[in-house]
Amino acid sequence: MEKIKEIVIVSGKGGTGKTSFAASLALLFKGKVMVDCDVDAANLHLILNPEKLIRQSPFPGGKKADIYSERCTKCGVCVEACRFEAISSDFVVDTVLCEGCGACYVLCPANAVNFTEHTGGHWYVTDTGNNERFVYAEMLPGEDNSGKLVAAVRNEARIEAESTGSSLIAIDGPPGIGCPVISSVTGTKLVIVVTEPTPSGMHDLERVIALSAHFRIKTAVVVNKSDISLSWLNAIKEYCSANNHYFLGEIPYELSITEAQRAGKAIIDYKPECEASKAIKGIFERLQLMLENI
Amino acid sequence: MKIAFASGKGGTGKTTIAVNFAYHIANSGQQVQYIDCDVEEPNGHLFLKPTALEKKPVKVMVPVVDLDKCTFCGRCGAECRFNAIVNLKDKVMIFQEMCHSCALCVKICPEGAMREDEREIGYTEQGTAMSGISFVQGVLNVSEPMAGPVIMAVKKYYKEGFIKIIDAPPGTSCPVVKTMSDSDFVVFVTEPTPFGLHDLKIAVSIALNMGKPVGVVINRDGEYLPLKEYLDENGIPLLMTLPEKKEIAQSYSRGEIILNSFPQYAENFEKLANNIMKLSGKKIKGSKK
Repeated sequence: MEKIKEIVIVSGKGGTGKTSFAASLALLFKGKVMVDCDVDAANLHLILNPEKLIRQSPFPGGKKADIYSERCTKCGVCVEACRFEAISSDFVVDTVLCEGCGACYVLCPANAVNFTEHTGGHWYVTDTGNNERFVYAEMLPGEDNSGKLVAAVRNEARIEAESTGSSLIAIDGPPGIGCPVISSVTGTKLVIVVTEPTPSGMHDLERVIALSAHFRIKTAVVVNKSDISLSWLNAIKEYCSANNHYFLGEIPYELSITEAQRAGKAIIDYKPECEASKAIKGIFERLQLMLENI
Repeated sequence: MKIAFASGKGGTGKTTIAVNFAYHIANSGQQVQYIDCDVEEPNGHLFLKPTALEKKPVKVMVPVVDLDKCTFCGRCGAECRFNAIVNLKDKVMIFQEMCHSCALCVKICPEGAMREDEREIGYTEQGTAMSGISFVQGVLNVSEPMAGPVIMAVKKYYKEGFIKIIDAPPGTSCPVVKTMSDSDFVVFVTEPTPFGLHDLKIAVSIALNMGKPVGVVINRDGEYLPLKEYLDENGIPLLMTLPEKKEIAQSYSRGEIILNSFPQYAENFEKLANNIMKLSGKKIKGSKK
């Protein structure tokens, strides 16, 4: 069997059109497994609209401490041990500040700390029609451990790719460069950065590319809303050619992308003849050629 | 007074609204501090253009093993909840990026073979920006996973007597929670789209659970009934709107403060200031100079 390739779409800066682009790719790629790894603000399911839920599972959110007041002798060991200032002087744990290290639980001489797992989110394996799989997750508000949930989602995607004989896993990643992004890009064959021609877009592009370079992953760049600033567009192109990052193409500013989103559709489905849709199809063709060689 | 600007979804205009609001109230005579807690991708500096930045490293503590004392009992790895320590027969492997600096391993090692050492994961920068705005930002080093300690380090720079405008990271997980934990008011900047609304609902629920007063700014305003319905049904105040205009997008792409290029929008930000004052019961303007 052909080895499964994983590719990931990221952006650094939020709101550059990463998910709208991913939704169009989801329609163009046949026989893939699609994944949403933006687990704390998952949106791709709003467009892909899965037909059938195949399986789901709760995801453990890590442990949090809780002090039994009836057993507590108020000795103060826990307060001193906690590096996160999560235990008040009257021995109540602030669950927002608690990072779940278990120092209080291990060190309490009176065994007065309860330290239990709770649900941090859920992941879902779904079918979007034609036996194509879409895996996504939703983290409960305010949880941590998003990197671990991303790892769990990617693991389910690989299981599905093997069972359905898919050779490609395409991941819609989170914004930023932190924990869930690192967890989304490690081990992939290609990082596609969707950016925009603005100072913030450029600034964040450089940081996210430094991240993929750190993991030695090939990087390709797409510029969305490309016509809002010709000078920044050129700056991005020059940056790509100077640093050997493949420039996959540009997508012009298209107001109907918002309309398409409101209609719950990908732009190439909603308005196939618009300039943005044509541009996305061109990018898709170049991407396919690129994938044959990695 | 600490006002956090959050969004849930990225790219809704959180930074745009925060920097313009800071600029607006600074120009109406208020002492303002802008605090960029979006440490993975801090962008406020691109618009506020602070100068004479004073840079300081952000360090966290990580364990170091003294192999002469270690008996390879394996206790440290067994108790570490973050999988940062792996014990082998004759080796202790420490994965520093996974470490949360809780120091439990140091405290429980029966041989006293562990001590802590510093590790740099990012930095803070402090300076003065346009209109006399006091500026501070945190920057997480590339390939570092944990934003939390950098966010906490930025917050150490709070200035007494200043209105603090805090730019939060996108998303709905722990970095956002850490950012808004000590805010007096949270402004959510959203856009009238299904993505914007979906993520807004999650983010607002966090702030409400923390007992924060909240309000919403709709950026790139347009007809989208579900958003208006959500705000009405949940009694969430609409603080301000900003229209969808190509001129605003272009001004942004030139790294400009919108109010500088288009002073007519000052009215919108005046309304935002008044609404926050009303809802938080705190004074924003004219209280000090």
